[in-house]
Amino acid sequence: MSESAVASSNANANEKMASLMKEAENLKTKLEEERQKLNDVNLSNIAERLEQIAYVNIKPRKVLKGHQAKVLCTDWSPDKRHIISSSQDGRLIIWDAFTTNKEHAVTMPTTWIMACAYAPSGNFVACGGLDNKVTVYPITSDEEMAAKKRTVGTHTSYMSCCIYPNSDQQILTGSGDSTCALWDVESGQLLQSFHGHSGDVMAIDLAPNETGNTFVSGSCDRMAFIWDMRSGHVVQSFEGHQSDVNSVKFHPCGDAIATGSDDSSCRLYDMRADREVAVFSKESIIFGVNSVDFSVSGRLLFAGYNDYTVNLWDTLKSERVCLLYGHENKVSCVQVSPDGTALSTGSWDYTIRVWA
Amino acid sequence: MVTMNSEADKTQATNALATMSSAVKSPAESTNPSPTATPITTSLGMPPSLSSPPPPSAGTAAATSGSPSSLPVIANGNNNGPLDNSTTQNAVNLNANSECSTTGNTANGPSGSVTKAAAATATSSPPTVKTERVRESATTTAATSDSSSSALKSSSGLLTMEAIIEKMQAESTGVAVRTVKAFMSKVPSVFTGADLIAWIVKNFDVEDVTEALHFAHLLSSHGYIFPIDDHALTVKNDGTFYRFQTPYFWPSNCWEPENTDYAVYLCKRTMQNKTRLELADYEAENLAKLQKMFSRKWEFIFMQAESQSKVAKKRDKLERKVLDSQERAFWDVHRPMPGCVNTTEIDIKKAYRRGGSSHGTGSAGASVAKNPVEQLTRIIALRKQKLERRTIKVSKAAEALVAYYDQYNEFDYFITSPELPNPWQTDSTEMWDTEKNSKEVPVRRVKRWAFSLRELLNDAIGREQFTKFLEKEYSGENLKFWESVQDMKALPQSEIKETIQQIWQEFLAPDAPCPVNVDSKSVELAREAVNSPNGPNRWCFDVAASHVYHLMKSDSYSRYLRSDMYKDYLNCSRKKIKSIPNLFGVKR
Repeated sequence: MSESAVASSNANANEKMASLMKEAENLKTKLEEERQKLNDVNLSNIAERLEQIAYVNIKPRKVLKGHQAKVLCTDWSPDKRHIISSSQDGRLIIWDAFTTNKEHAVTMPTTWIMACAYAPSGNFVACGGLDNKVTVYPITSDEEMAAKKRTVGTHTSYMSCCIYPNSDQQILTGSGDSTCALWDVESGQLLQSFHGHSGDVMAIDLAPNETGNTFVSGSCDRMAFIWDMRSGHVVQSFEGHQSDVNSVKFHPCGDAIATGSDDSSCRLYDMRADREVAVFSKESIIFGVNSVDFSVSGRLLFAGYNDYTVNLWDTLKSERVCLLYGHENKVSCVQVSPDGTALSTGSWDYTIRVWA
Repeated sequence: MVTMNSEADKTQATNALATMSSAVKSPAESTNPSPTATPITTSLGMPPSLSSPPPPSAGTAAATSGSPSSLPVIANGNNNGPLDNSTTQNAVNLNANSECSTTGNTANGPSGSVTKAAAATATSSPPTVKTERVRESATTTAATSDSSSSALKSSSGLLTMEAIIEKMQAESTGVAVRTVKAFMSKVPSVFTGADLIAWIVKNFDVEDVTEALHFAHLLSSHGYIFPIDDHALTVKNDGTFYRFQTPYFWPSNCWEPENTDYAVYLCKRTMQNKTRLELADYEAENLAKLQKMFSRKWEFIFMQAESQSKVAKKRDKLERKVLDSQERAFWDVHRPMPGCVNTTEIDIKKAYRRGGSSHGTGSAGASVAKNPVEQLTRIIALRKQKLERRTIKVSKAAEALVAYYDQYNEFDYFITSPELPNPWQTDSTEMWDTEKNSKEVPVRRVKRWAFSLRELLNDAIGREQFTKFLEKEYSGENLKFWESVQDMKALPQSEIKETIQQIWQEFLAPDAPCPVNVDSKSVELAREAVNSPNGPNRWCFDVAASHVYHLMKSDSYSRYLRSDMYKDYLNCSRKKIKSIPNLFGVKR
């Protein structure tokens, strides 16, 4: 009797799964049909009238040496010349990138610091990693920095990324527990949590719009979500990648996002058209993308790869403009400086480089 | 922790051991370098073929049987013949014997594959637990890969590389592999760097030789191709000889080998007292370290090495040469020479997710993914949401992106050279200093104010100008309200409640001293939010603020742009620029 009950409930579960799968597939087909109706032309066709970017004057300008292990994350200071970096050697270093001097080096309680971020004022840094926490350090003397640190929030898995959304008083984090969270720095209170991804969140970026209420997240569930901070809900979702989405970045106009993935492609999704408008990939590029960022005009997309290179993509013509060689191991992070004058790249080869 | 209680457990453990042993031992056996079989070359001193590769032309002339016939040598390493099966059997037996002899004194050492089972039965100390896990992962990867490991492989580009390597090995369309005659000996199954690079340039969408070289370097550093006599895994575009790695040693088929295996390998190398097989300095150092680490069971490691080397002796000389080099290349990947990249390291986030990290077991994301019903329901909800969304044509979105570029390209330092030299390119901070100290606002900055209200408000001086303009128009309260709301959102939680009341009182309350022009619906929403039972949150004025913003954008902002105030400011900056000659001294 009970056995048959189990069997029938199993059968029910299977049936339910099958019907759900069918529904999901049907919706996908329908969605593709709908979007196809509005897919009247390719972005690269529209961009034909633009001149080709024949040459980009970009060279390695600075090499920041001092970490003794893989550099996992960097962030530009709002002052446009300082860089903070976190490495697997357990140290957080604040560099004057222009002179290549180390101004501070703080030893962390854990060696697995995956992410770090400058506060908008430039007076604080936040970081975290395998300790599952996001910790804030004031930028003062080295000893004081370590003494005055404060833990703001805790996830149930590693913290993979963090940003300050327009204020020193809040921190937005993404985590391996597949959620994002907005924290009040002063009290450590969780202001909003963001559930929806079914895989580890790898990257987040704040929308450059006037209200600063939306952000984007990329996850190992191969999706990128646009979130409303006020409600904690997903307002838009983008699929298409074949593997983990490791990086997301808003186009400077705020109406599109770029993603970088382990499937060795970068993609451009337009939020107004609600679809993918460009894929940046090549047969000869076979390694995953760890990090992407836009130039000021949104025309160039810098992408750091596991094959030690940085590729420059023309986002409008969907062509590769050039390749930057120099790093001797995987490129873990790339970021354009706040005034758009330079590009920083961090790598597993222990160095950070500045290109301009 | 891992005690074997039942019969079933025991059998399982033995099976695991057998699989492990065959996995770890058979390649070592099958690639055994010979200790004594090359008297001729050694009597001549350094084997000339290895130390000084002949020029390419000589190589071509000396090519013997051509590529197809020399390939089977490589294939041999892959489909191990009956000989290998028997040696595998031997290895297992050997393990069984040693198990008894070593149980007593190695229980706590960082036990290698050989003594694992023994250690597991004897104790449950942490190192044992760890090796236990390693064994598990080893057996799973050795077997047909499970989904997560295949995902990992595809993510690291291994599968793609393997497909490429297979193409390279294609008989007629691949890279020409040959056996080269050099002085007294033959160099079997090699190809030159130049041939390889030419092949990549011809068959791939690489831009130039530099990219092809980089591509080849990656293939090499991952262990798919290797220089025949160099520990540094890289490729040069010249006559240097390279060889393909046997698929058996491909990273995707590979377990992470253990130190005991490495010790056996190094030990074996010392037995072949030939100069050409001499250990490199770093290898000798490693061997000394390992000897210290495994001092208690060194005898056993030595025995293993000895027996492997005996097996190797029986092999054909050329075959042995190939196998030797392949085994060496395997260790060059897994225990790279100092200064070389270890390509087998994986991203800590991804390792953690798969639960393969010693820092913890898999993350929560994995458990969510394991509930397929929930996941599917989510996907369905998201797709429904997408279907309901009103969207614009791709052409319109594309036009907008292109228009954005048109507007901003002169501000993109990577595309247009700036008026003042880029500090990073010239090592001069003039640009930053002028920005900070000069009271003049450059015309290009003022021009940006006209792009959007956001640009205007993002610029401190722009915002100041706009505030003045609004004051003149008697509508300053709109901007004040909007700013207050933005500032409030940036406050610490502790100050939010009070500030919300202040804003309400000042701008929205019926008797507000500074009323803003907001529709009654937005006011009502704000009132509800302010008085909500859960307490107001920092976003309670958002609807009202965005209403005001749009009002400013469509009305005051466009009037500001048309105003003499803006035009004067723009002309003023233009004039000032003309009056500073050095600005024009700079090349654009």
